[in-house]
Amino acid sequence: MDRETVVTHPDATTLIRPNPQSSPPSGRIRRLAHALRQHKVIYLLLLPGMLYFLAFHYLPLAGVSIAFMDYSPFLGLSGSTWSGLDNFAKLFDDPEFVGTVRNTLIISFLQIAFAFPAPILLALLLNSLLSERVKRMVQAVVYLPHFLSWVIVIAVWQQVLGGAGALADLFQRLGLDGVNVMANAETFKILLTSQVIWKDVGWGTIIFFAAIASIPTQLYESAAVDGAGSLRRTWHITLPGILPVIVLLLILRLGNVLSVGFEQILLQQPSVGGEAAQVLDTFVYFRGVLGGDWGIGAAAGLLKGAIGTLLIVAANRIARRTGSEGLF
Amino acid sequence: MTTSSHRPAWVEPPNPVVTTIKGVVIGLILLIMIYPLAYVILNSFASPNATTTAGLIPSEWSFSSYSAIFKGGIVQRSLIVSILITLVGTALSLAVTATLAYALTKTRQVPGVRPALYLVLLTMIFSAGIIPNYLVVKAFGLLDSYWSLIIPVLASAFNVVVMRNFFMQLPRELFEAARIDGAGELSIFIKIVLPLSKAVLAVIGLFYAVSYWNSFFNAMLYLNDSSKWPIQLVLNSYVLQGQSMSSMNNTEMYNLPSSQSVQMAVVVLATIPILVVYPFLQKYFTKGVLTGAIKG
Repeated sequence: MDRETVVTHPDATTLIRPNPQSSPPSGRIRRLAHALRQHKVIYLLLLPGMLYFLAFHYLPLAGVSIAFMDYSPFLGLSGSTWSGLDNFAKLFDDPEFVGTVRNTLIISFLQIAFAFPAPILLALLLNSLLSERVKRMVQAVVYLPHFLSWVIVIAVWQQVLGGAGALADLFQRLGLDGVNVMANAETFKILLTSQVIWKDVGWGTIIFFAAIASIPTQLYESAAVDGAGSLRRTWHITLPGILPVIVLLLILRLGNVLSVGFEQILLQQPSVGGEAAQVLDTFVYFRGVLGGDWGIGAAAGLLKGAIGTLLIVAANRIARRTGSEGLF
Repeated sequence: MTTSSHRPAWVEPPNPVVTTIKGVVIGLILLIMIYPLAYVILNSFASPNATTTAGLIPSEWSFSSYSAIFKGGIVQRSLIVSILITLVGTALSLAVTATLAYALTKTRQVPGVRPALYLVLLTMIFSAGIIPNYLVVKAFGLLDSYWSLIIPVLASAFNVVVMRNFFMQLPRELFEAARIDGAGELSIFIKIVLPLSKAVLAVIGLFYAVSYWNSFFNAMLYLNDSSKWPIQLVLNSYVLQGQSMSSMNNTEMYNLPSSQSVQMAVVVLATIPILVVYPFLQKYFTKGVLTGAIKG
C-alpha cells in the first residue's frame, strides 16, 4: 500500500533515484527517508511553525542557565562563570525581593476575591434579563475594553481620574480636595483590581454564558411549576449548573497566582513608586534588563516560571479530580 | 400572559421593583464602561484653550489637536509603524499558523507530527521568561529592528490549536474526492481547506491584528531607537509619563502643544483601529472560537 503511493507520487520517483548510498542505511534511517519523501509537503508546511516554536519558546530555555551564572553581557553565555545558587541566595537576602513577592501575592488575592467573581455576577444579571436586545447591547459594550491595550486603558483612566482629569474637576466644583487616585500608592492595589474588572469583566462572562446556555430549560420550567421563584431558580439551578466551570477557572487562576498584570503595573509604577508596585515580573525587568543584574533577574524569573508551571500542572490535576475535564 | 414575546409561559411576569433595580444597576454599568471612552473621544475635539471639565461636551470644538498631530512628527510616524507592523505581522502569523495547524492535523498519517503537536501544546504551560527571551532576540540580531515586534510573537499555540480543531472538523470526504482526482496535499490545502476556513482565518487574523496593534512591552524591550517606536510606546511616553514630544526626539523639532486635548487625540488615534474591527470581532468570537478552545 505504501509503496504504491510512493510510485504514484510524481516527485517521489525523481527523488528516489539520486540517492546512491554506498553503505546500506539502517532500517530506521531508511524509514525516515521514506517518510520524508512520501510526506514532503506536510513536513514543509510543518517547518516554519516548528522552527518558530523551537527558536522562540525552546531555545530561550537555554538562557535560563544564567540564573546560575555570574552573567555579563560582554562575556556572553560561554564567557561568564558559573556561580551555583549564589543568585538565589542573594535574592532571598534582598528586602526588595521579599516586598516584591508580598505585593504579587496581595494583588493576586485581591483579584481572586473581587475580579474573579465579577464576571459571574454580571453573567447571572444579564442572563436574568428578559429583553434579548438589552442583553446584546450591554454585551457589545462590556466586551469592548478587553481588546484595548493596557496603555490605552490606563491613559483613559488617567484622563478621567488623574490629577487634571474629570474627577478632579468635579471635586473642585463641589469645593472638595481632590485625591489623585492614579498616583496614590496606598490605594494602588485597589486601583489595579478596579482596572482589571473594568477591562475584562465582560470578556469573562463569555465562558459563563456558554455554561449557562448548556443548562437544560426543562429544569427551570419544572422548578417554576414547583413554585421556585427566579431567585431560587438561579440559586438552585443556574449556580450548580455553572459550578464546574467556576471551579475549573478558579483552580487555574490559583495556579497563576504569581502572574499579575505585568504591563498594567509596569506602566503605572512611575506614578506610584516601586514600593507599592513592584511585582515579580517588573522586578525581573528593572533588576535584570535595566539594572544589569542579569543573574539575579533571571533567578527571580526562573523561580516564578518554575513555581508557576508546577502550580498550573497541579491545579489542572486537582481540576480533573473534581470531575471537570481539565485543560490538558 | 403574553405581554413579553421573549418570556416563556412559565416565567412569572416581571416584578416592577426588581426590574427597576436591575435597570439602575445596568445603567450604572453602562455609564462606567462608556463614560471614560466617550469623555476622551469627545474632548479630543476641544480647542487647546478650552478648560477641561468633567462634561462630555467641550466648550469649544476644534480639530486643532488632530491637525497638529498630522503635521508630521513622532505620533504620525508611530502610527505608520504600527499599521505596517500590524499588516505584515498579521499576514505572516496567519500563514505560519495555518500551515502549521494543517500539518498538525496529520498526526495519524505522518510520523513525527504527533511529537510536534506535543511540542506546540507544551509551550502553553511554560515560558522561559523575559531575560532568556531577550537574550535570544539579541542573539538573532533583532534588537532595534522592526522584526523584533513580529518574529518573537509569530504564532501562538492557542491559535494553532483553535485552527487545527477547525481543520479537523472539515468533512473528510472532500479530501478523499480531491485525492482521487489526483490533487496533491498542497493543492488540497490551498484549494479546499483554506477556502472552507475563511471564518476561522478571519477571527484568528483579527486576534493577531489586535495583538500586533496593542503590542507594547516587546517594543519597549527590543527597540531603543525612539524613531522606530509604535504608537503604544509613544502613547505611554507622551500621555502616561508626560514627556513632551520634543524631548523624545531631538532630530525633529516641531511643536506639538502639550495640551490635554492633544493627549486625548493620541489616545483616540490608538483606539480607532480597535473600534473599527470590534464589530467583526464581536460577531465571531462568541461563536465557536472559545468553545472550541475549551474543548481542545
